[in-house]
Amino acid sequence: MNWEAFWLTVRLAAIVSMLLVAIGIPIAYWLTYSRWRWKFLVEAAVALPIVLPPTVLGFYLLVALGSRSPLGRWWQALTGHTLAFTFEGLVIGSLLYSLPFAVQPFAASFGAVDRKLLHASASLGQSPVQTFRRIVLPLSKAGLITGFALSFAHTLGEFGVVLMVGGNIPGVTRTLSIDIYDQVQTANYSSANQTALLMLIISFLVLSIVYGLNQRPWTVNPWQ
Amino acid sequence: MNKLLLLFLLLTTSLATAQQITVAAAADMSAALPQVAEAYTKKTGQAVKLSFGASGNLTNQIRNGAPFDVFFSADEEYPQQLIVEGLASKDTLYRYAVGRLVLWVPNDSPLDLSKLGMNALLDPSVKKISIANPATAPYGRAAASALRHFGIYDQVSSRLVVGENISQAAQFVESGNAQAGILALSHALAPAMKNEGRCWEVPLDAYPTLNQAAVVLSKSKQQDAARKFLQFLRTPEATTLLTHYGFTPPAEKNSMGEIMK
Repeated sequence: MNWEAFWLTVRLAAIVSMLLVAIGIPIAYWLTYSRWRWKFLVEAAVALPIVLPPTVLGFYLLVALGSRSPLGRWWQALTGHTLAFTFEGLVIGSLLYSLPFAVQPFAASFGAVDRKLLHASASLGQSPVQTFRRIVLPLSKAGLITGFALSFAHTLGEFGVVLMVGGNIPGVTRTLSIDIYDQVQTANYSSANQTALLMLIISFLVLSIVYGLNQRPWTVNPWQ
Repeated sequence: MNKLLLLFLLLTTSLATAQQITVAAAADMSAALPQVAEAYTKKTGQAVKLSFGASGNLTNQIRNGAPFDVFFSADEEYPQQLIVEGLASKDTLYRYAVGRLVLWVPNDSPLDLSKLGMNALLDPSVKKISIANPATAPYGRAAASALRHFGIYDQVSSRLVVGENISQAAQFVESGNAQAGILALSHALAPAMKNEGRCWEVPLDAYPTLNQAAVVLSKSKQQDAARKFLQFLRTPEATTLLTHYGFTPPAEKNSMGEIMK
C-alpha cells in the first residue's frame, strides 16, 4: 500500500472539492436564476467534462498551457514552471474535470427551493443576496453536500488527465489511480489488489453518503 | 425491425479478416515499424496491424491473453521471460536491432549539448527532464543507468518526470513541458521531431546494450504469417528502413557512429 500516493490523492480531492464549492455556488446561482436566452450554452459547457474524454482535457493542458502558448508562458513567468508535472497542474485539471459534479447538484437544489418562499422573503424586504444566503442555501444543504461529495469522489478516481499531464512524480503527481496502473503493469497484482480494494471501499462509502442523504422514501405507495 | 437487426449485425461484426496479423511493439518503434509494415504489405498483400506501448506493459498484456501474433520488445529480457513462461516460441527469437539513447532538447533551448553532454542536465534552466518509466520501459531503465554512469542521478532525480512509455517521454519534451529528455534515437530522427530539436547520443558504454528482440507468440493462430513477417525483418529492405531511424542492425553492433552526424 502506497501511503504517500494515498495522502496525495486525498489532499488533491479535498482541495479540489473545497474549491469547487467556492467556484460552483456562484456558477450554480447564475445558472438557476439567469434568464439570458443563451444560458443553455453555458449549461452545455459546464456539463462537457462528463462526456469529454479525459485525453482531450489532458491534451489541452499539455499543449495549450505548455511553454509554447501565451497562456503557458504567462503562467511560467508568474510561477517559474509549467503547469504540467506539478500538483497545481493536477488541481487545475481536476477543477475542470469535476466541475459538473459540483455545479449540477448545486443548481438542481437551488432550483428546487419553493418560489413562494423567495417571494415571501422579497416582500419582507430582504435583498436577493440575503434571500439566497438565508433561505436558498440552508434549504439546499443536501445538494451542497452531494456536490461536494461527488466532486471529491470523482477527483479520487481521476486517471486519464493525471496520466497525461502528471509525469508520475512520487509525492507530487503519482495518485492512487496511477499507482494502481503501475502496479498492474508490472504484474504486482497483490499490491494493486490492496489499493484497488481501498478505492472501492472509499468510493462506495462516499456514494452511500450521497444516496443516503438524498433518499426520499415513498410515504404512500401509489400502486397499493 | 429487420433493418435494425441488420444494422446491429453490421456494427457488431468485426471488419478484421483472418488474414491480418497483429503486432505489439515497443514505443520506440512507433515511427519506424509502420514503414516496415507498409513495405511488407505492399510486397506481400499481408495486412499488419500495429499496437505500441512500453515493452513491460505489452508483456503484461500478453500474459493476460492479449491477441497479438508478434511482439517487438525494446530489450531481450521481456521476450525471454515470455519464452520461459511458454508464451512465446524460442526458435523465433530474433534480435532485430540495437536501440540507442539520446539526450534531446528543443530548438529554443540554450544548452550546447555537444560541449556539455549529459552534464547539460545540471543547468538550472532544465526544470524537468523526461524519461520513460524504468519499471516498464527498457529505455527508461537505460536512461536511469546512463544518469548513474555519469554520476548525476541523485542531482537530477527530483527533476525527472516519467512518461508511461518512451513516446510519452518524447511528447513531454517535444511539447515544451519538459526542457530536456532522454529519448530513443529513433524518435529524435522521426519526421515529427527531427527539425524540432537537437540531440546528443549517449555513449553506448553508459548503459546496458538495448538488444531489441522480437518473438512470435505461442497463442497466435497465424504462426506462419507471423513467422514470415519476422523473416522480412532480416531482409536488406527492412534493415535499411530501421537504419534510417537510427537502429543499428544486429550484425554491425560494433561499428556504429556513422548515422549520427
